[in-house]
Amino acid sequence: MLVNIARRLAAMLAVMFIVATMVFFLTRLAPGDPASLMLGDQATAADVAQLRKTFGLDQPLIVQYVLWLKEVASGNLGQSIFLQRPVLQAIGERAEPTFFLALFSILIAAVIGIPAGIASAVWRGRHADQVASGLAMLAASIPSFWLGLLFMQFFAVRLGWFPVAGYGDPGAGLVQRLYHLVLPATVLGIVNSALITRFTRASMLDVLSEDYVRTARAKGLPEHRIILRHALGNTLVPIITVVGLTAALLIGGAIITETVFGLPGIGNLVVSAVLRRDYPVIQGALIVIAGIYVIINFAIDVIYTLVDPRVKT
Amino acid sequence: MTLPAPLLDIENLEVTFRTEENSVTPVRGVSLRVDAGRTTALVGESGSGKSVTSLAVMGLLPRPAGSISAGAIRFRMKSGETSNLASLAPDVMQRLRGSEIAMIFQEPMTSLNPVLTVGEQIAEQVRYHTGMNASAAMRRAEEMLGLVEIPDAVRRATEYPHQMSGGMRQRVMIALAMSCNPRLLIADEPTTALDVTIQAQILALIDRLRKEHEMGVLFITHNLGVVAEVADDVTVMYAGEVVESADVRTLFRNPRHPYTQALINCLPARALPGADGRRVVRSIPGAVASAAGVSGCKFAPRCAHTLAACHVSHPALETIDGGQTIRCCRWRDL
Repeated sequence: MLVNIARRLAAMLAVMFIVATMVFFLTRLAPGDPASLMLGDQATAADVAQLRKTFGLDQPLIVQYVLWLKEVASGNLGQSIFLQRPVLQAIGERAEPTFFLALFSILIAAVIGIPAGIASAVWRGRHADQVASGLAMLAASIPSFWLGLLFMQFFAVRLGWFPVAGYGDPGAGLVQRLYHLVLPATVLGIVNSALITRFTRASMLDVLSEDYVRTARAKGLPEHRIILRHALGNTLVPIITVVGLTAALLIGGAIITETVFGLPGIGNLVVSAVLRRDYPVIQGALIVIAGIYVIINFAIDVIYTLVDPRVKT
Repeated sequence: MTLPAPLLDIENLEVTFRTEENSVTPVRGVSLRVDAGRTTALVGESGSGKSVTSLAVMGLLPRPAGSISAGAIRFRMKSGETSNLASLAPDVMQRLRGSEIAMIFQEPMTSLNPVLTVGEQIAEQVRYHTGMNASAAMRRAEEMLGLVEIPDAVRRATEYPHQMSGGMRQRVMIALAMSCNPRLLIADEPTTALDVTIQAQILALIDRLRKEHEMGVLFITHNLGVVAEVADDVTVMYAGEVVESADVRTLFRNPRHPYTQALINCLPARALPGADGRRVVRSIPGAVASAAGVSGCKFAPRCAHTLAACHVSHPALETIDGGQTIRCCRWRDL
């Protein structure tokens, strides 16, 4: 047990090291230079060189890499070139909308997707299945930005039920801020429910043909109990996998939706950092996102052991 | 042997599976009886309709395709009242399953739910049918595990199926089946997947429980050796029909139907010396005909005694002396 956990932790560290290395070199592959971008067209070559020196950008790439890796290993993600503050602080300021957006989106996706998938499997080939599968196909094919614009136009502009965009005025209360997340979370929830629906349907169909479901029927149990206790209990592992991975993707990947709805989240932070070649911010944000991804994966594995007694830690 | 009222009396059962394009009738003209406290073996090759017959009794034919299209399944309940299971409403049938009629299956490795403890799986059925509270039902589950000779039953009740061997799991299945004192136990090839030594233990266990609880057992098997061990009465099926039935002694001493005779000749004990002097186990040439497509006797294509008439007219199931029944137009001269 302890050996297994230690092995898992070592693997997680190895993954993080590889991620850090790739992030460092990939960001440097993009053309452009933060110093000249910062100083603008009018800057002299000497000024640019001076600024590059300040940021350590004049050193050989491998030296920059080793220095940076040392800092990262000690928990310091560096200083933003443009934002005049530590990268971790910049990320922390943007974390709230991204976190809540991911949380609400995944809840909405699960609340739509799991029951739809179950219904679809239980009434396979019937109207309920055709409707659920059709809607899932539709949801999977709709780009989130387009659905976002549509919702914005209808629910915010025409009906005026929700704010059009943004995350509330500075100093707005939590309720006010969360209110701004209703539309984007619904959009992401709908789009992501498609995959969950299809996964739930497929694994439910597998389980419904298992011998132990026949045993449950032979016990004379009512159908709803057979489905919710005996069948669903055995589909939880694949469902948790897909819900967990979707959640992990949403933490780092709601960039388009954040942009459409003007949310000051991590996705937005990364996009502006990329545009300005703010290397420390890009690197730091990607490492944090990768770290969350790895941690969620670990959490999924831990949850497996809770829902399926056959899985050992 | 004519007992007054059988526990289970199937008469001319016909099961039809309908798909959008066509329909097939895997079981037709099945009549058999199971008496309280006795074991009726239902024997036949794979595809002969044994399992479909048992699922029809349980009301577990795959829906919506499968249905009982003719015949009656009369069952005498604990109350003494007899009802026709073929025409019961699904919710009434559901309440009989597990409480009046229980079933155990061929595959002990996959027949138990892997994410629930075996105690929970038994207690769940007890609670549903008797309304006992959770802790009383769990005690009943532990008691049942003891009844099927699982040592350390209280601790075993908290284990999951994957922590048990195949023989142990089949004992759990039997404990589950027995937990509400059913009148009828349907055992569908319960020992086929087990080692021979374990097989003997399981057969002895089912037999003991049958005697102790005055329960009727419908024992489905393709293994005549097992039939000889457990059965009081035997019904032989071929291609979806009953071809012969008799008490076990009569059937083995005086099999009348050419198919039954051929089956018994296939037993290893009846192997004949081959060309090189080694004994060769015999087999029946050909394969089971599909239930459709044959207009005369279904066994005629594989029968050694076929006359022209056998291919034309379909023989009826006749009752002859001593309650033996037979479906063959030549039984008098064979």
